[in-house]
Amino acid sequence: MKNTGTLIVTTPSDREIVLTRVFDAPRQLVFDAFTKPELLKRWFGPRGFSLVVCEVDLRVGGSWRFVLRGPDGKDMGMRGVYREIAPPDRSVHTESFDDFPGESIVTTVLVEERGRTTLTATVLYPSQEVRDAVIDSGMEHGAAETYDKLAEMLLAATT
Amino acid sequence: MQPAGYGTSPDRLDATFTALADPTRRAILARLASGEASVTELAEPFAMSQPAISKHLKVLERAGLISIGQDAQRRPRRLEGRPLAEATEWLEGYRQFWEGSFQRLDALLNEMKTPRKKRPRRRTTR
Repeated sequence: MKNTGTLIVTTPSDREIVLTRVFDAPRQLVFDAFTKPELLKRWFGPRGFSLVVCEVDLRVGGSWRFVLRGPDGKDMGMRGVYREIAPPDRSVHTESFDDFPGESIVTTVLVEERGRTTLTATVLYPSQEVRDAVIDSGMEHGAAETYDKLAEMLLAATT
Repeated sequence: MQPAGYGTSPDRLDATFTALADPTRRAILARLASGEASVTELAEPFAMSQPAISKHLKVLERAGLISIGQDAQRRPRRLEGRPLAEATEWLEGYRQFWEGSFQRLDALLNEMKTPRKKRPRRRTTR
């Protein structure tokens, strides 16, 4: 619904989180940026974090392993297995964190229109318990939202 | 992918997200974001009976997302901000986690699109 650069986060069900974001690039480039370690290392992770380990075995059944190092020097490891790979528009992989129980399933869909690509990543948590553990994980506090933004999010989720 | 965590009770968040997991209920909340409304007014835009709408309203009420206003006749429903603000704040942390990454990805994609040519200067460092 919005232009390039606006990340929309919605919760279509109590076990899912959906991220939607438009990138001003063809989907093949976006797909590459999500699957090639030399590219992933240049962008993946929040500000202040660096991707110190990035291994990708891009085939069905192949595994991936990332380690993010935080500004405090603490490492956060994550891993998973590719279940579906259909370049340049779709992939499905599992994802789990070294420090948290449970495994989520991430479905990534890329749709290109006039040279721009809409990414939709759906994260399906195995249970509410796991989501609670994630909620309790204690990362940095985000800024409070205004009602305007909230209404926009709800409308986005409705349409 | 790792979202943010807060002091908010997980049970409360669960109730909120469960209530939000239905498109009709989200539409009702979106409507109430612009002001209180009676059950009849809320039912209007939906092809749904009043009892069906009332059922949704009960779920929202139980989750603390809406309350019933003073007017004993109209019994208007209104949006309760707090649980929604907590849920949104949690989502906002999640959003920020990814937004930092995606801004760097924008710059990278820009560079990938113009491989050998002079790179545009307009993207200054933050």
